[in-house]
Amino acid sequence: MARDTNPRLQKIKHLLQYTGLSVVILALWQALFHLGYIKPIILPPPSQVAVTFWDLLKSGAMTRHIGISVLRVLEGFGIAAILGLTLGIAIGLSRTLDRLTDLIIQVIKPIPPIAWIPLAILWFGIGEKSKVYIIFLGAFFPIIINTIDGIRQTDQKFVEVARILEVPRLRFVRQVVIPGALPAIMTGIRVGLMVAWMCVVAAELIAASSGVGYLIMDARQLSQSDVVIVGMITIGVIGKLMDSLIKRLEKRLISWKAAFAGD
Amino acid sequence: MCAHLSHQSNLVIEGLHKSFPTRDSEVVALKEINLTIGEGEFVAIVGASGCGKSTLLRIVAGLENGYDGAVSLGNRPIAGPGLDRGMVFQEHRLLPWLTVEENVAFGLNGRANGERERIVREHLALVGLSDFAKAHPHQLSGGMAQRVAIARSLVNQPGLLLLDEPFGALDALTRIQMQQEILRIWEAERTTMVLVTHDIDEALYLGDRVVVMSSRPGTVKRIIHVSLPRPRDRSSYEFVQLRKEIYAEFFSEAEKPFAYAI
Ligand SMILES: Nc1ncnc2c1ncn2[C@@H]1O[C@H](COP(=O)(O)OP(=O)(O)O)[C@@H](O)[C@H]1O
Ligand SMILES: [Mg+2]
Repeated sequence: MARDTNPRLQKIKHLLQYTGLSVVILALWQALFHLGYIKPIILPPPSQVAVTFWDLLKSGAMTRHIGISVLRVLEGFGIAAILGLTLGIAIGLSRTLDRLTDLIIQVIKPIPPIAWIPLAILWFGIGEKSKVYIIFLGAFFPIIINTIDGIRQTDQKFVEVARILEVPRLRFVRQVVIPGALPAIMTGIRVGLMVAWMCVVAAELIAASSGVGYLIMDARQLSQSDVVIVGMITIGVIGKLMDSLIKRLEKRLISWKAAFAGD
Repeated sequence: MCAHLSHQSNLVIEGLHKSFPTRDSEVVALKEINLTIGEGEFVAIVGASGCGKSTLLRIVAGLENGYDGAVSLGNRPIAGPGLDRGMVFQEHRLLPWLTVEENVAFGLNGRANGERERIVREHLALVGLSDFAKAHPHQLSGGMAQRVAIARSLVNQPGLLLLDEPFGALDALTRIQMQQEILRIWEAERTTMVLVTHDIDEALYLGDRVVVMSSRPGTVKRIIHVSLPRPRDRSSYEFVQLRKEIYAEFFSEAEKPFAYAI
């Protein structure tokens, strides 16, 4: 099968494999509508969703909703990244600090951000701060937990080399511990950003008048299922784009790992 | 090039006994080891896998504690790792995120920038890898990576270099090349070398003395002086005779293929 080794054909084949399932599902969905199996009130067809999206885009509403949601996510995620990384590194390096904080982290971690809404409103009011806080909570735990794990997994063999060469602690952390933890840290950052973005709907349950989450909840009250689906797909697509961006950054930062990229 | 500080640095091991606790008893790794290694000497230690070779080196390196007996270097008992001892492991243990030159500089503390660069440059030249200063470990072959590890272990000019099966993972041809390389470095640096191997030829090719260890528990079975001039011819009569002698040490109990008179 000499044809298969042609790099251009390979690329096209991979692209088809990558998009194929989505196209098939969309086509099936549209066909089921035309065959009369699903009512547009319950599940509007892709064509109608596309028209609705286009209308929202033309009116400028969509761009505004997306802009405000992305801003909230970046704020919450940014604070989570700074705190999660610094605290995670500190806890990872200190057994004492780990014992002091482990219980509280493990107990607060499983509480869903949405359960924090009442307290968030009491503490921060119904403005931007409480929304950013909800998003921060979602992003914080994956980042801190992965950072601690990454630091804990420092290779004992490198520790021995550093001991033999009497490498000072600060340089040991900078040249051995942090680079070694970087793959885990980047996983935490990626999961954190993803969860932050997933929390946008919960955050915008708090007295919002804009944002993609607001768009969905508002359309629900008006039974506009096409708008709901537009909102859902928008969240999905932007989440995927953000993840791809971070993946690129990850590849750059961990280029020394390129040798093990898989098949 | 890198003449190290000349100080009395005999390695003296007396009555060394080391055991590791297991769930319900203990593994005796080393029993009654007595060994003195002179300054500038090249000693090779051969023994079957599991006979305590690594444990012995790790004790001398200061990586293991909790043993009976006395281990001292230059009349000072060993208490933890120190820059007077370098170590090369079977795996190169280079940091994959650092370049070759950064890896070599890894062991250099508190030197001026210019001096650090000079030391790194000299040591890369010593192992013949000046052209690979900016490469990353994953771009090197196994032999090259091990040479970088040797360069890294020498930057602080340790009086004693411990090598734990440093060529064990290399192919036969590269291994021979590396043996010549380490001899050249030894002759240039005059560092005391203790090399652990399970390759009898390697031990005979390199060592002033070959220490034969036996397993379970690990003890020194015999010490053979190799007074052949270097570079040694692996097919010379004397070399082959010595090899037979060491072979007999290993297989005398189990196989007794020939009747050797010792
Ligand atoms: N950290 C350890 N814990 C328990 N047993 C160990 C440990 N290190 C070595 N041993 C045991 O001590 C013996 C000698 O091991 P080692 O020094 O690695 O042998 P060698 O390097 O000659 O192959 C082996 O039986 C091994 O299982
Ligand atoms: Mg070993």
